[in-house]
Amino acid sequence: MAKATRQAFGEALAALGETHPQVVALDADLSKSTMTCYFAEKYPDRFFEMGIAEANMIGVGAGLALSGKVPFICSFACFVVGRLDIIRMSIGYTQANVKIVGTHAGIGIGEDGASQMGLEDVAALRAIPGMTIIQPADEIETKQAIAWAAETEGPMYFRLTRQKLADVNGPQYQFQPGKGVVLAEGRDLTIFATGGTVQGAVGAKAILAEQGIDARIVNIHTIKPIDRDLIATCADETGALFTVEDHNIIGGLGSAVAEVVAETKPVPVKRWGVEDVFGESGTPEGLYEAYEIDAKGIAKHAAAFVKSLK
Amino acid sequence: MVFQLTRDIATLKKQANDIRIHVLEMITQAASGHPGGSLSAADIVSALCFGVMQHDPKKPRWDGRDRFIMSKGHCIPAWYAALAKAGYFSEADLISLRQYGSPLQGHPDRVRLEAIEASTGSLGQGLSIALGMALAARLDKQTHRIYCMIGDGESQEGQIWEAAMAASHYKTNNLTVILDNNNGQIDGFVEDVMALDPIDAKWRAFGWHVIAINGHDMEQILRALDEAAQTPDRPSLIWAKTIKGKGVSFMENIPGWHGKAPTQDECAKAIAELRQNQF
Repeated sequence: MAKATRQAFGEALAALGETHPQVVALDADLSKSTMTCYFAEKYPDRFFEMGIAEANMIGVGAGLALSGKVPFICSFACFVVGRLDIIRMSIGYTQANVKIVGTHAGIGIGEDGASQMGLEDVAALRAIPGMTIIQPADEIETKQAIAWAAETEGPMYFRLTRQKLADVNGPQYQFQPGKGVVLAEGRDLTIFATGGTVQGAVGAKAILAEQGIDARIVNIHTIKPIDRDLIATCADETGALFTVEDHNIIGGLGSAVAEVVAETKPVPVKRWGVEDVFGESGTPEGLYEAYEIDAKGIAKHAAAFVKSLK
Repeated sequence: MVFQLTRDIATLKKQANDIRIHVLEMITQAASGHPGGSLSAADIVSALCFGVMQHDPKKPRWDGRDRFIMSKGHCIPAWYAALAKAGYFSEADLISLRQYGSPLQGHPDRVRLEAIEASTGSLGQGLSIALGMALAARLDKQTHRIYCMIGDGESQEGQIWEAAMAASHYKTNNLTVILDNNNGQIDGFVEDVMALDPIDAKWRAFGWHVIAINGHDMEQILRALDEAAQTPDRPSLIWAKTIKGKGVSFMENIPGWHGKAPTQDECAKAIAELRQNQF
């Protein structure tokens, strides 16, 4: 069933509240959007409304973590990561066990437009030493990743969607941090997708097959530390790598994949996503279509990439 | 074993004087650092470390300890000196300040030095961390206090006021903030760079209990720290009026000594002055 990953997160966090007394949640006046409202309702003493003051929320989260709590600090991706120096110092350098949750990531937020679209958050946080970055692709992956985070020490960032995402993993799915997930085999190229673009990548496989292109589809939920082995293997076995993300193509998944193959197994790489522009208002589906990161757009650009190599 | 505190004024003043001497030696040896703000903070640091805070040099992360965060992280040499004198590490190690491989980083680093509660140095951030610790202590029904020292120049950071608003909202009476109001910052006098007055009215308006003191009067410092601890319904701000470079005649109230190391000769002259003090 299609579900927004923020919704899956909210449900997972509320469930963790019961089993993990050290888990606390903080929000910056967006609890009904980030879905920390479920946790807040069940565990009011362990929920801290911090008002529209993200910098302070980040620091308070660090202080709670340094006192043994496991804080999930939540806002829109652009707002929380926008306070980068606070994350750098109070969480990163301090090695505070804080779980940062940025929802409404990318152009997928839709109608609110560019000012609310986190399109640089992954790029910014990849440069923070020790920061794990996870962008789950569906409900089951989100719930398992959040449960894992609650029991795993270290600063983390979760990048979640406002929009609903179709299930791409089966009911037997087991989340493995740091490991990419091969959703479909293929020989002609590998399409690496993450978060909101994974369902489109899965859809693109059939369109590409009609054109005689056999695409391998890989879901990269952990962008840092990235699955270097799988990327090198895919480079070896398919000879061409295409990445797609609802994020600026500078500094995100595409850059991470390109860095790995440049240093291990140089093969052609095409980074696709939001091409170093700000977003704009529109429906989430309409924007994915306009920016050509839906199934049709991914297939179009992946096919052009394959043809360019011949 | 919990550190044996004292309320003897002469002893605490002598400790502050020793902290000042260490600070000058450390910064001179490092040939870089910020003497002015460490010297203005020395009396308050002495009162906290040797007179008020529950802590254990043998167990720096003892759960029941009072916490101290130096939010104005460039003034950490004063706290390093106090930690050494309390027995956390050898006083001889102090001159490794700012050297490659030393746990005594130029700004405090809790990963490299166990006795440090929070890594600071990018101004404006320590108070939020202190507030998080205060909320955690309340959740866990712990009785220790959180102390945080901020600077007046640092108070130009917006995050200080975000934290001030939130601490008051949450009525964290286990949080004491000491404002080291030495009126100096890198570009000059605070009142010229970006005026803060009226400081007390601002903090009161944010819902804090404000206690104004002379930050070099040991009796006033102790009384203020006690009053803050007994304030039941809100966090307290100790507004400590201080002198930048306090204790060294040629440094006092000269903004240039914010971030400049003394030469060997200047250091010797400054320490000679401090050694003349009687307690």
